Amino acid sequence: MTVLRLATEDGALARWLIGLGAALVALGMLVLPLAAVLAEALRRGLGVALAAIAEPDTLAAIRLSLLVAVLVVPVNLIGGLAASWCIAKHDFPGRRLLVVLIELPFAVSPVIAGLSFVLVFGMQGWLGAFLRARDIEVIFALPGLVLATLFVTFPFVARTVLPLMQAQGREAEQAAAMLGASGWQIFWRVTLPDVKWALLSGVLLCNARAMGEFGAVAVVSGHIRGETNTMPLHVEILYNEYQFAGAFAVAALLALLGVLTLAAKALLERIGAKEI
Amino acid sequence: MTVEMIDVVRRFGATPALEGVSLTLREGEFTALLGPSGSGKTTFLRVLAGLEGSDSGTIRIAGQDVTRVAARERGIGMMFQSYALFRHMTVFENVAFGLRVRRRRPPEAEISARVRRLLDMMQVSELERRYPAQISGGQRQRVALARALAIEPRLLLLDEPFSALDALVRKEVRRWLRGLHDQLGITTVLVTHDQEEAMELADSIAVMERGRIAQFDTAQRLLSAPATPFVAAFVGEAARLDCEVRNGMVRFANEALGSVCADLQDGPATAFARAGDVFASSGGGGARVVLVRETGGGRRILVVQAGDAVIDATGVEGEHLSRGDTCGLTLRGGHLFASNGSRVTIVPPTDPA
Amino acid sequence: MTARLSAIPGLRLTLGVTLLWLSVVVLVPLSAVALRPFHGGGDAMWATLADARVLSALRLSFGSALLAAALDVPLGLLLVYAIVRLRFPGRRLLDAVIDLPFALPTAVAGIALAALTAPNGWIGAPVQEVLGLKIAYTRAGIVYALMFTGLPFIVRTIEPVLRDFQREAEEAAATLGATRGQTLRRVVLPALAPALIAGFGLAFARAVGEYGSVIFIAGNVPRATEIAPLLIVIRLEEYDDAGAAAVGLAMLVLSFAVLLATSLLQRRLRASVA
Repeated sequence: MTVLRLATEDGALARWLIGLGAALVALGMLVLPLAAVLAEALRRGLGVALAAIAEPDTLAAIRLSLLVAVLVVPVNLIGGLAASWCIAKHDFPGRRLLVVLIELPFAVSPVIAGLSFVLVFGMQGWLGAFLRARDIEVIFALPGLVLATLFVTFPFVARTVLPLMQAQGREAEQAAAMLGASGWQIFWRVTLPDVKWALLSGVLLCNARAMGEFGAVAVVSGHIRGETNTMPLHVEILYNEYQFAGAFAVAALLALLGVLTLAAKALLERIGAKEI
Repeated sequence: MTVEMIDVVRRFGATPALEGVSLTLREGEFTALLGPSGSGKTTFLRVLAGLEGSDSGTIRIAGQDVTRVAARERGIGMMFQSYALFRHMTVFENVAFGLRVRRRRPPEAEISARVRRLLDMMQVSELERRYPAQISGGQRQRVALARALAIEPRLLLLDEPFSALDALVRKEVRRWLRGLHDQLGITTVLVTHDQEEAMELADSIAVMERGRIAQFDTAQRLLSAPATPFVAAFVGEAARLDCEVRNGMVRFANEALGSVCADLQDGPATAFARAGDVFASSGGGGARVVLVRETGGGRRILVVQAGDAVIDATGVEGEHLSRGDTCGLTLRGGHLFASNGSRVTIVPPTDPA
Repeated sequence: MTARLSAIPGLRLTLGVTLLWLSVVVLVPLSAVALRPFHGGGDAMWATLADARVLSALRLSFGSALLAAALDVPLGLLLVYAIVRLRFPGRRLLDAVIDLPFALPTAVAGIALAALTAPNGWIGAPVQEVLGLKIAYTRAGIVYALMFTGLPFIVRTIEPVLRDFQREAEEAAATLGATRGQTLRRVVLPALAPALIAGFGLAFARAVGEYGSVIFIAGNVPRATEIAPLLIVIRLEEYDDAGAAAVGLAMLVLSFAVLLATSLLQRRLRASVA
């Protein structure tokens, strides 16, 4: 029996080469950096790594990162949901522009994000004199960290929820309206249950970025240890002080958070796909 | 509940979807909106439902002006083309939804009694725990109808309700739906592009053409007295023949088709005729049989070429035309519209004998 | 007397919330970046931008970002082809690791890449030994870091297009006598072109503003390996808000110009494909 090669199938050699090439690219470009973080963190043993994490300054950085995330995620969750709902389920002029503006923070350098808040709230900023007169600190303080993080994590929720809401159309909501439901009832009982997994996925991504953001918060933080130092900023400080074990231990913790978030996102996507 | 639409206009940007539509639906009637896609019938339904605003005009339900009343306040039941069932709710919860979201929510016992009664009526009570994804298209339709009826609407709107069903189920569901209407007596509007569906279900039919109502009449009258050429063509499924009228004689592609009794202005005219209205006879004439199609019951349809046009015709009794024969054509039925819009019905000539 | 009805209630509230959120978090701060450089007059801004150190930083950032995105295109194609078209053990793992640059916070990626490419690193040591090249603390290191951050954008943009690509078109090409290579080059690649450009644009946009993953691997030597975002940070540390804003505005304008160009090119390609 002759085995006929399909017209759309590549030769065995070609497949081999492509597979090998892809594996090499994945190794060199993607896997090795993660492996390097873990290897460096554990170079002098797990005990040293854990001890580095248990340092008071490190613990303070972890607490601050968690606090920032706790403040940022709900704001972007509510904003992202409101934006997705009004864009997907209503007609009004300027909807497309609104979508572009919501995606805008992804096209802006995190450093410029941080800069923009310095220009508004900093000492020479638009509100600088006003804030100083009232003794309110924004830049080099928690509010600045929160604002800069809000900016860089701004699109995550809307970006995961909006396409799904648009794909699901408006008929279910219209049917609910015809049955006498109010806007609030439609949102809670009809729209939200249909997007809950995507929403959760967006929240996780937003959270991971909020805890891992570096550039934007580096600009507004002032690097005050124990006060305005988030985890990624603490990594930088330890690294620049040649405390590599500590730097990589904290980095490994952040990497772990990232990888877990990624896994959760993949899982949620699978659940979401199964439900539809 | 009487429904009045008075001069309703709706435009999307520059394109008009409704151009001054006026229509009065009598209480308890079953009305069909019939028209090709893009004729504005779905916009009509959505404006009436309150899902779409109107640019001008008035809508009254039971004498009350509802033009500016939001959809949720109109008390209209609607079945969507896709059914729009809430996919994360069971069948029971879908039907109960309209009761649960009320400002004064009925007690749980009353809700479940009402939902069960409706599911019973729709003959789907065994499905109450299932989710929409787990039931068939026909079952989904019944659930959607039960959900629309649960709020005891004053008006029921059905948007292409059969389009998602296969042909076999469709006929049966139609009969069931008409029976349900007779039993409940709710004023009902059905949107469809299928004239057979409209004729079987509705008491009267509004034929829509490019945002206007071309004719609002019973099925019988639409067939026997179409108001416009469009109605004659769309409802009658008739062939369109561009003719010439001179001295009371109708000519088509240089063939004399017969005379019309009524006074008809000389000039171009359009005839609408079905295969049974056009007769071909041997013995002279410039038409030619190009194909003979045998249909059931021994009937033969002759496909005849006259000039540039090709039309279906019936052979006159006692003759047997075959492919290639020349023949003459006579009209014994159908409608003729003169260029000034006047219309005559063509009647078979009385036999001279 | 138009009766404009909104079928679904709740537009006013949600649109209000959205506009408030968007204005406070994004629009007002960004407008500060757009307006601040002009406070001291246009001349002062041009003087700031004409500075050799600024020009060199901008050139480095944009040049490296464009180069990295361009180098990512073939690598991304290879990865996409492997995960969509080939069946091999570990394919799902490969699919999963592609998102790693999304998952690693930039500072983490930065120190990891620096450690990898340092003269004693897993990649740096052999490259120096065999090729005599240094990666870390050079422009090559900057490009490598930017390739790392941009790669998943390219892969994830092309992947759905290749997945949806009709096999019939390839089969038709084969029946018309095209070799496999010709089919891929003349039938498949043009269909992927708009997505390639889109992915390139995304990778570039991310790379040009990148800070955390670059500053550890770049040498940060003025006029040699100092990227524009770092220069903004330095200007801010010198309390030169206007100078920082000028560099920031220049970056925004230049990167939007590149994004506009890619989206126009994409539209033209898409029109010719469709």
